[in-house]
Amino acid sequence: MELIKANEAVVKAAILAGCTQYYGYPITPASEVAMASAKYLPKVGGTFLQAESEVAAINMVYGASGAGARVMTASSGPGISLKQEGVSYMAASELPCVIVDVMRAGPGLGNIWPEQGDWNQVVHGGGHGNYKVIVLTPNCAQEMCDLTILAFELAEKYRTPVYLLTDAYIGQMMEPVNFPKERVKPARKDWALYADADSHKNLVSSIFMSTGGLEEHNIHLQEKYAEIEKNEVRYQEVMVEDADLVMIGYGFISRMLLSVTEILREEGYKVGLLRPITAFPFCSKRLEELAGQGKTFLDVELSNGQMLRDVRLAVGKDATVHFYNRMGGIVPSVEELTNVARGYLK
Amino acid sequence: MAKDILQKPGAFFDQFDRKGGAQKTTHYCPGCGHGNAHKLIAEAIDDMGLQDRAVFVSPVGCSVFAYYYFDMGNIQAAHGRAPAVGTGVKRTRPNSIVISYQGDGDLASIGSAEILHAANRGEQMAVFFINNAIYGMTGGQMAATSLIGQKTTTSPYGRTVENEGYPMQMAEIMATLRAPVFVQRCHLADSKGIMDTRKAVRKAIKNQAEGKGFSFVEILSPCPTGWKMSTHDACEYIKTNMLPIFPAKVFKDESETREPFFREIPTLTDEQVIKALELGMLGEPQPRDEKFLKNFTTMKYKFAGFGGQGVLTAGVILAATAMQENLQVSWIPSYGPEMRGGTANCSVVLSKDPIGSPLVVKPDVLAVMNDPSLDTFENDLKPGGLLIVNSSIIARKTKRTDIDTLYIPLTDIASKMGLTAAANMVLLGAYLEYTKLLPLEHLKLIAPRGLKRKELADKNVEAVEAGAKWVRENITAKKTKAPAPVA
Ligand SMILES: Cc1ncc(C[n+]2csc(CCOP(=O)(O)OP(=O)(O)O)c2C)c(N)n1
Ligand code: SF4
Repeated sequence: MELIKANEAVVKAAILAGCTQYYGYPITPASEVAMASAKYLPKVGGTFLQAESEVAAINMVYGASGAGARVMTASSGPGISLKQEGVSYMAASELPCVIVDVMRAGPGLGNIWPEQGDWNQVVHGGGHGNYKVIVLTPNCAQEMCDLTILAFELAEKYRTPVYLLTDAYIGQMMEPVNFPKERVKPARKDWALYADADSHKNLVSSIFMSTGGLEEHNIHLQEKYAEIEKNEVRYQEVMVEDADLVMIGYGFISRMLLSVTEILREEGYKVGLLRPITAFPFCSKRLEELAGQGKTFLDVELSNGQMLRDVRLAVGKDATVHFYNRMGGIVPSVEELTNVARGYLK
Repeated sequence: MAKDILQKPGAFFDQFDRKGGAQKTTHYCPGCGHGNAHKLIAEAIDDMGLQDRAVFVSPVGCSVFAYYYFDMGNIQAAHGRAPAVGTGVKRTRPNSIVISYQGDGDLASIGSAEILHAANRGEQMAVFFINNAIYGMTGGQMAATSLIGQKTTTSPYGRTVENEGYPMQMAEIMATLRAPVFVQRCHLADSKGIMDTRKAVRKAIKNQAEGKGFSFVEILSPCPTGWKMSTHDACEYIKTNMLPIFPAKVFKDESETREPFFREIPTLTDEQVIKALELGMLGEPQPRDEKFLKNFTTMKYKFAGFGGQGVLTAGVILAATAMQENLQVSWIPSYGPEMRGGTANCSVVLSKDPIGSPLVVKPDVLAVMNDPSLDTFENDLKPGGLLIVNSSIIARKTKRTDIDTLYIPLTDIASKMGLTAAANMVLLGAYLEYTKLLPLEHLKLIAPRGLKRKELADKNVEAVEAGAKWVRENITAKKTKAPAPVA
């Protein structure tokens, strides 16, 4: 058991997951991921390279992944915007990688405090074309470890970029983490470029010029996303069964909502918490089910309601979905959220 | 055209199946320079026996389909990003021979940052820069390398210095950098030009195979279609119009003198990896008994002071000590708008249950090391809570009467020991002696962890003991119930 900063847990977990490469450009509040990578990767024979930009970084990730490496990068809002071209290329070329987005407040330069304004550009694809990426939303240091390891597995299993969508608060936290005792030894991939005789016929590319070729590729990608939706939905429920009001939040907000749940349960209110762990695939089916049971929802976000659209879509127009948000780096207090939730329970 | 003198090399596919059908001709226009450049590269790879190790990075431009032809590892890059993609490949596979092949739009415009930095890092790759002074693929638009007066579809009246500046001389720019080992400009306008290019191509690839570093070969290349000229005129245009602006010459060549460098990738055992990651520093938890854990009520702390007083570390050490009892713990530093009053502070929560918000607003225990901290947080402390005041620095008393307060000269005690910075450990020692919440022994075990210098580690333990001693000597009876007594 370690007591470790969540942003550092990501790096150690990545290395234990077999990651050997990190390419990135510094940005607060994601720099700690870069700094920990710079500290540890060279010690285990890996590469840390500070790229000239996020654009270059994601393309180095593309190259490393094409060459068969487990590879990672990290950034925050403005840098994620710049990476989108590369993410689209990777999704199209079906290259695995792990991207950590430690969200900060926007739009524009905004500020470096926590927000959840990257949901749209990460979950719904900020780059061009018909692609999706798997998005995991850890809410504690242990999950920053576990979901990082899972991210590398899913990335390779489905040959896709996988995001770890987190925020400035989660990243700063120190909590106990139990790391695995062994390092994953990834199997050789039959599609990657190993610069040897067995792989020299391989081609990593996203261009499809033959008639219908690109449509076929698009259909293949959509089938893959359907498969991911079938297999990989993850969420956590706390006292949802008998709840009248189900609160929904991810990342740091879910930690606050856990406190709210405890306080209101003690007061005798039937309130519960649903926390999406995967943002794509989203727990739409479960939400639909809960809406069918007549539950009311309260969606809490540090954004203008970017996840709310997915929640509304899932529960249908007959369900009542309340919404509470703060933006611009302001995080509500537990007391504030408790009052909001209590208001919908009277 | 001199292209007839070239045989089809083995590193070229016999027929271009990737192009569709069983085609034997390339997709390039008649008289285009790309085909010749391709052949020179394939031939060099072939002759040097590097085909299996070669990875060709194709750009976006007319040569986007280079993978139709090159029978080697192929990776297609986004517009301008080939040197970054090549970097990722090379760092992952140091044994690879990376060929980065780019046009002028790709390299000199959209990818100018990527090429400059790959060159400056001395990436072990060979870059072939096809300068045809125009965007061939997209319909003959102006390039950064287009000549002054050159008419293109986006400079229909001719390029002017005032509007678009001067043609970008990439080889010259590359040669100003220290890292590149070899920089040459050549051309494909006649047989001599092609033979010079052939030599340059071979040198660049050989350099890479020998670990000499980054080589850059700029190749002036005809684009009869984009220039709206016959093949013959296009070659003449290179000689009469381009060469004066883009002289063909060796700008830099340290191939003979450069020390070879090969990146080694060591293999580590799991144990070596765990050690490198500095895991296992806290050791195994040593819980006292189940009753303790079962009866534990959640404790929330705020440690505040100015930077250098070690308040953040105090929180970490307390959390780590509590982990010895298998408690859930969280630590979070002040961050964002919640940073107030010029103080550093952190929140710590200890609980037997999963911890919700790690942010502590109303602490059970507040420890303040300086005046602003007391002023800022005094009123947040829960009624009945414990306030610890560093009386070495804070002269005033609290106005609160509904709390338990300890005034301890933390800084003085630490200074007397010769390590003022250990005031935070004095604080923890005093706190645990006073409340008996967690065993002092555990704190003494944790306090020196992670400190490399032995005397520093010893001092920390000494500080913990000094804090505890102060409490034993100065506090006779507790004024109020201490929080969460051990069951
Ligand atoms: C981001 C992006 N912007 C623009 C384009 C369109 N585009 C494709 S090739 C090209 C220029 C090609 O010119 P050059 O690099 O000189 O190669 P050539 O075709 O002359 O060989 C452009 C602008 C693109 N594919 N991607
Ligand atoms: S447009 Fe120019 S560069 Fe492109 S294939 Fe034709 S001649 Fe070659």
